[in-house]
Amino acid sequence: MSKEAQKEQSMILQKEMVEGLFNELAAARETGKKVCYTFVPGNLSELIRTFDMLPVYPEINALQNAMRKKSAAYIKEAERNAHSEDVCTYVKCDVGMMLKGNIGPTGQPLPPPDILLLSYTGCFTFMKWFETLKREYPNARVVMIHTPYQENGEITPAMVEYMVRQLKTEVIPQMEAVSGIRYDEEKLKGILSLSKEAEDWITRIFNTTKHRPSPIDAYFAGVYYIGPINIGFRGTREAVDYYKALYGEIQERIRLGLGPITPEGEMQEEKFRLVVEGPPNWTNFREFWKIFYDMGAVIVASSYTKVGGVYDLGWRHDPSRPLESLAEYCMNCYTNLNIPQRIDLLSKFIRDYEADGYITNSIKSCNSFSAGQLSMMREIEDRLEVPVGFIESDLVDPRYFSYSNIKNRLESYFQMLAQRKIIHATATV
Amino acid sequence: MEVLKAIIQRCKHLAFDLNFSRAKDWKAEAKGRVVVGYMPIYFPREIVHAAGGMAVGIFGGGDRKQVVKGDAYYQSYICHIPRSILELALDKQMDHFDGFVFPSICDVIRNLSGIFKQKKIGKFVKYMDFPQNFLPEIGGAFYQEEMRHVLHLIREINGREATAASLNHAIRLYNHNRRLIETIYDIRQEYPWRLSMEEFYYILRAGTVIPVEEHNAILEQVCERIRKDIGTPQDKVKVVVSGAFCEQPAIGLIRAIEEAGCYVVDDDYMLGSRMITGDIADDTDKPLEAIAHAYLTQSRYSSSIYDVNDPKEYRLAKIVRDRGADGVIFASASFCDPSLLDAPIFQNAFNRMGIRYIAFQYSENINQFKVIKEQVGAFSDSIKLWEDEPAEAIYA
Ligand code: SF4
Ligand code: SF4
Repeated sequence: MSKEAQKEQSMILQKEMVEGLFNELAAARETGKKVCYTFVPGNLSELIRTFDMLPVYPEINALQNAMRKKSAAYIKEAERNAHSEDVCTYVKCDVGMMLKGNIGPTGQPLPPPDILLLSYTGCFTFMKWFETLKREYPNARVVMIHTPYQENGEITPAMVEYMVRQLKTEVIPQMEAVSGIRYDEEKLKGILSLSKEAEDWITRIFNTTKHRPSPIDAYFAGVYYIGPINIGFRGTREAVDYYKALYGEIQERIRLGLGPITPEGEMQEEKFRLVVEGPPNWTNFREFWKIFYDMGAVIVASSYTKVGGVYDLGWRHDPSRPLESLAEYCMNCYTNLNIPQRIDLLSKFIRDYEADGYITNSIKSCNSFSAGQLSMMREIEDRLEVPVGFIESDLVDPRYFSYSNIKNRLESYFQMLAQRKIIHATATV
Repeated sequence: MEVLKAIIQRCKHLAFDLNFSRAKDWKAEAKGRVVVGYMPIYFPREIVHAAGGMAVGIFGGGDRKQVVKGDAYYQSYICHIPRSILELALDKQMDHFDGFVFPSICDVIRNLSGIFKQKKIGKFVKYMDFPQNFLPEIGGAFYQEEMRHVLHLIREINGREATAASLNHAIRLYNHNRRLIETIYDIRQEYPWRLSMEEFYYILRAGTVIPVEEHNAILEQVCERIRKDIGTPQDKVKVVVSGAFCEQPAIGLIRAIEEAGCYVVDDDYMLGSRMITGDIADDTDKPLEAIAHAYLTQSRYSSSIYDVNDPKEYRLAKIVRDRGADGVIFASASFCDPSLLDAPIFQNAFNRMGIRYIAFQYSENINQFKVIKEQVGAFSDSIKLWEDEPAEAIYA
C-alpha cells in the first residue's frame, strides 16, 4: 500500500464516523433515536451508547464552527442577548448557533435534546452552560452528575461511591425513562471492553512521539486523533479499528524515519520538540499550526489531548467494575486534576518525550485551564530548567487571535531555543 | 447614636484589617486554638468553632492592598481577587492562619487552592467540594464526608475532637448570628435610612474575621439601636444588588449606589454569612447531618449551586417582591464567570417579568465610580418616573 493510501485510511475512517453521526442526528426525529447533549470532559459515552442514544457535544460544534469561520457571527448573536464579552466563547458560540436555528457545523440541522446529561467534570462553566440550555429546551430532561475534584491528588473510595450512587439513583433511571430502554449491565461491560482497547491504542499512538523525529504532532494533529475517542465512539469497534489503522500508519512513518504530516505535507527537519499546555485556537488553527511547523517545531505532548481522559498513567475503563470505572474516568480527566498533579504530568511529558521547551497557550475565556497556568509554568521552569514560552489567544472568538503578536513571541522563543541548543552542543563537545 | 457610630467605626476597622489581627490575638489567648481561612462564598464555620478553631473570611485585598507579586500569577483576563489573596499570603499577612479552605465556587478559586498547595501555604489547604446532588443520602452523605475531612485536618493540628455537643453549641451560635443579621435586613427593608448599606456592610464583614460570640454581641447592639426611630428618610428607590458574592466592590462603590438614589434592601455581598435561611437543627446527635441537610434544603440561590429544580431567576424575583424593591442592580466582578454567565438568565427572565434592572462590572481595586454612579442615578430617576405603576403589573 502506498504511503498516501495508508495516510488516508484512518482519515477516511474518521470522516465516515463523524459524518455518520451527523447524518444520524439529522434523521433522529424520523428514526426515533433519542438525543443526549453532553460534554467532552467526563463524557459518559458508554452509558449513552448502552441506551442507544445519540450524543451531541456542544463544545465540538463550537470548535467546528470556528474552523469553518462561523463562530464570530454566533458569538455576536449571543452578546446581543446579554452574554458577556468575557466568558467562555464556546458557550456563546453554542447559544448563538441555537438562536440562529441550530444548524450544526456540517450544515445539517441538529435535533433538540431529549436529555441534557451534565457530567460536570473539571469546569464550572459546564454547569452554567447547561443552566442556560435548560431554559432554552424546557422539554429536555436534565441530569446532573457531580464529579468531585481531585483536590488532594487522589480519587478516594468516598468520591467513587458518591458518583456511583448518583449513577444508580439519578442518571441511569432518567436515561431509562427517556430512552424507554432498560439498563443492561452486560451490554455496558461489552462496550467498556472496547473502550479499554481504544484507550490502549491511543496511549501507544501518543507514545510514538518518543521517536526522533517524532512521527506525529501530538497537539495540532493530536486534536484530530482524540476525536473518535472523545465524541461518542469510545466503546465501539469502529473506534478500535480507527486507532489500529492510525497506529499502523504511524509505525510505517517511524520505519521510514518520517516526521509529522502537516497541512502542507511532511515536516522536514525536526528542530524543536515541545510540550504545550492549554487548548488550541480554533479560528485560525492552520495559521497557528503553520508558525510551528515552519520553524521545525513539533509538539511531542500536550495537556489538551487529555481533556477527554488521562490514559498515560495506566488508567483504563474496567468492564469488571462498570459503574466504578465510569466514575473514575470522569474524575481522571485533565481539568479535574489539581495544579500539582497537572505540573507532575506535564513534567513527566517533558522528561519522557525529551522536550526542548514548554509552551503555554493561555485561552482568554477558559479559566479552567488558564487560572494557575503562570504558576505552573514557573514551577516547571524551575524544576526542569526547561525554557518556557507564553502566548495568548482564544478558542473560538477570532477577535482574540493576534497573528503578528503570537508569531513575534514564538519567533523570539524559537531563537532562544536555537541559541540554547548551540550553547549546549558547544558545551558537550 | 454615639454608640452605634462607635460600633460602626470598630467594625470598619476590623473588616478591613488585612493583617487579621483579631484572629491573631484570639489564637494567642489560649493553647490549641487554630485559625482557618476560608474563601467566598459559603463555608460551614460551625465545624471549625466546634473543633476549637475560628473560621476567618478572606475576601481579597480590595482597594487597600497594592498587588505587585500577585499579578505575575494571573493573566489580565482573570478576576482580581485571586491575585490580592495571593499577595496577602506572599506578604505573610496570613502567616498565623493554620489552614485554608477553598469552597467550590468557580475554576479560579479551585485552581487557587492548587497554587496554595504548590506553594505549601499553611499547614493544610482544602478544596471543599460542595455537593451538586441534593439528595440527603447521596449529596448529603458526600458533604458530611467533606466536613469530616476538614475536622480531621484541624484535629491533626490541635488534637481536638468536635463532639456532638460542641457542634450543637456552635450551630446555636451561628443560628443566632444569622437570625440577628436577618433582623437587620428586615428592619432596613422598612427603614433603610437608619443604617446605610455601607455601615451595614462593615458590620457584616467584620463578622467574618472575629469570633462569632463577639459578632453576636455587636449585632444585638445594632438591632437594639436601629429599632429606634433614627435618621431621616430620603427620596430614594429600593433596590436589590445581585452578583457581587465573591470579589467585593470597593467600599466607595457600595456607598455610591446609595448616594446615587438607591436604598439597597437586599444584596449578596456577604452571601456566605446568610447562605442558610432559617435555623439549623441544634439538638440532634448527628449535627453534621443537620448542617448538610440545611445546606441541601435551606440554601439561598447562588451562582455556584446548580439550580435545576429551583430556577434562580424566580428566587431573585421573589426577594425583590418580598423586600418591596423597585429594581435590581446586577453588579459583577470583571471576568467573574459565575456571575456573568448567570446574567443572561436573569436578564432575559426579568425582561419577561417586567422587573427593572441595570448591570455593570467592577473590580475590587478600582475606586473610580463616576460612570457607575451616573448609571445608577439614571436608573433610580427612571424608577421614580414609573412610580405610579402598580407593583402587580410590574411583577406580572
Ligand atoms: S471554560 Fe474552558 S473547560 Fe470550561 S467549557 Fe469553556 S473551554 Fe471548556
Ligand atoms: S470573582 Fe468570580 S471568577 Fe473570580 S474567584 Fe470569585 S467567583 Fe471566581
